[in-house]
Amino acid sequence: MVSATREGQYSSQLSSEELLKFYWHMLLARRVDERAWVLHRQGKIAFHVSGIGHEALQVGMTFAINRGIDYAYPYYRDLAVVLALGVTPTDFIISLYGKEGEISSGGRQMPSHWSHRKMGIVTQSSPVATQVPQAAGTAFGIKYRIQQGLQDPTDTNQPRLAFCTLGEGSTSQGEWHEGMNWAGVHQLPFICVVENNEYAISVPYKKQASRTVAERAEAYGVKGVIVDGNNPLKMYDAMKEAVERAYAGEGATCIEAKCHRLVPHSSDDDDRSYRSAEELKEIKADDPLPQYRAYLMNEGILTDDIDSDYEARIKQIVNEASQAADAADYPNPADHLDYMHTFKPIEEG
Amino acid sequence: MASKNLPMREALRQALLEEMQRDERVFIMGEEVGHWQGTHRVTRGFVEEFGEKRVRDTPITEMAIGGLAVGAAMAGLRPVAEFMTINFAFLALDAIINHAAKVHYFFDGLVKCPVVFRAATGWGDQATASHSHTPEPIFAHFPGLYVGSPSNSTDAYGMLKASIRNDNPVLFTESIGLYSRPGPMPDDTDFLVPIGKGDIKREGSDVTLISYGRGVRWCLQAARQLEQEGVSAEIVDVRWLRPLDTDLIFESFKKTNRAVIVEESHQFYSFGSEVAAQIQEHCFDWMDAPIKRVTQHDVPVPFSKALEQLTYPNADDVVAAVKEIL
Repeated sequence: MVSATREGQYSSQLSSEELLKFYWHMLLARRVDERAWVLHRQGKIAFHVSGIGHEALQVGMTFAINRGIDYAYPYYRDLAVVLALGVTPTDFIISLYGKEGEISSGGRQMPSHWSHRKMGIVTQSSPVATQVPQAAGTAFGIKYRIQQGLQDPTDTNQPRLAFCTLGEGSTSQGEWHEGMNWAGVHQLPFICVVENNEYAISVPYKKQASRTVAERAEAYGVKGVIVDGNNPLKMYDAMKEAVERAYAGEGATCIEAKCHRLVPHSSDDDDRSYRSAEELKEIKADDPLPQYRAYLMNEGILTDDIDSDYEARIKQIVNEASQAADAADYPNPADHLDYMHTFKPIEEG
Repeated sequence: MASKNLPMREALRQALLEEMQRDERVFIMGEEVGHWQGTHRVTRGFVEEFGEKRVRDTPITEMAIGGLAVGAAMAGLRPVAEFMTINFAFLALDAIINHAAKVHYFFDGLVKCPVVFRAATGWGDQATASHSHTPEPIFAHFPGLYVGSPSNSTDAYGMLKASIRNDNPVLFTESIGLYSRPGPMPDDTDFLVPIGKGDIKREGSDVTLISYGRGVRWCLQAARQLEQEGVSAEIVDVRWLRPLDTDLIFESFKKTNRAVIVEESHQFYSFGSEVAAQIQEHCFDWMDAPIKRVTQHDVPVPFSKALEQLTYPNADDVVAAVKEIL
């Protein structure tokens, strides 16, 4: 019933350059995320919700879609997803400050409630899982357009699927079930990635559900897959398979990616109140970043020189991003009532 | 009556703790109420005191929190269902509005639904639009539901106790801007604020300021400012949006002949709209000036600090509104 991903640790489909690109993106997301924590401690930003520990699966899945064309509904922990889709570290850090030039909403929406029209990223509401029926609705729209002859299914310049992500905690919400049901009934070009880090803030999985996420997805007629989310390449393979199914009109897939949240839920949380010191030590030892680094080194793909060069370049990128955000102005107060309603047609494109 | 000052979160905690000690049927359920001790620490130490059976950590499942609480209430329990924020209760509207508010009515008066829905309300700390609503008037719109929102520790204590002991469903909101504000605590563990009873927070003769929750703070600040300018403002804290203490509002208005209504939320179809309508229907002959409303701007609460601050009402807005009608 629940299919496993292919045997063996790593994908054969990817070139060395691509394997290094994955590493770059995982490292970039990690360092940008760490900077956000620092900015919060310095009192420069109000809030940060972190993706540290989730980078491997996020990078792996994002490179498997038609980036910037297919629709993405990333959830708040998906920094590595949006960086891989084209959001820059400067864009992100400016969003944390809510300053002029914020690319998602002009400083209106909360950070990490991502959106970018040209990159196909759709923003979400703060109550969790509400994005799932909407993403299924977008996938329904794609299928409808294709069936009505409004879109050529082989046109790679058109969005051919919608994918959404959420934490496993959000699969307790009715919205997840309703979205999955719709995706199953209509066999939609839809992919739901559940980033299962075992905790809904403090509530462990055993108090959330009595079956795996993948098993529950299967019950709705959606293909359920469990993947080691600590391995970016296994995640890429699983996502690639789901993407091919969606493009071929074969229906929806739900990928349950097992991972660890290596940090508290957010800057408002102290995870030591519900996770023991041993548990925290254990999951830190299973950090996907050093493991992938070691693999690439072992394969002779990554060297110390390349690694140092990446670290140095990323440090510069992150510093420049922080400086740009520090220097930016706040939005013009005169604009604060703008965009309540539209009075002109939105341009296509 | 007061022996000590405690922050509003502690007053709420004390009230809930004592009601759970007093009545075995009372239990609390919600996201993070147990081992995390509540998002706003209202349930600090509850798991140790009562055990997991009476302090239920739920999954992230607002619709179920609402529905389960209604079902348990009909089965003879007295659930206190906590939503992490009132914004998340939007996912439970059917349970609250179509069920809790109508159970007694639909059973021809034979079944009770003594549930208390608790939630943090209001904005602050750049929580942004979908975390920052103050939607009490939406809930108060529907018959069958009592709606209360305290402005200080004393009221928080007595109102929560009254809500838990009452046999009707109550929507009880707690302003995030007030959780840390200290205030006097009653000594009497049976201190109750009767449901539907407002309170004069300050006596005055020139204008009546009408509000609830956090808005009362701006009224108090504004009244002090106005006093220095020789204007005497009376403050009516309605405490309950439903039932609304119109007697108290009318009594004050007939004395001052002027009113400014202050609230944290939006103006369109608001608390202020209802109160203004009530006053003009019942006190038309006592009106000396148009009634003013001070509210949040008509825009979702933006994240950016620079924009966020602009959308909020404050004491200066209250003072300005008073001056317009004097």
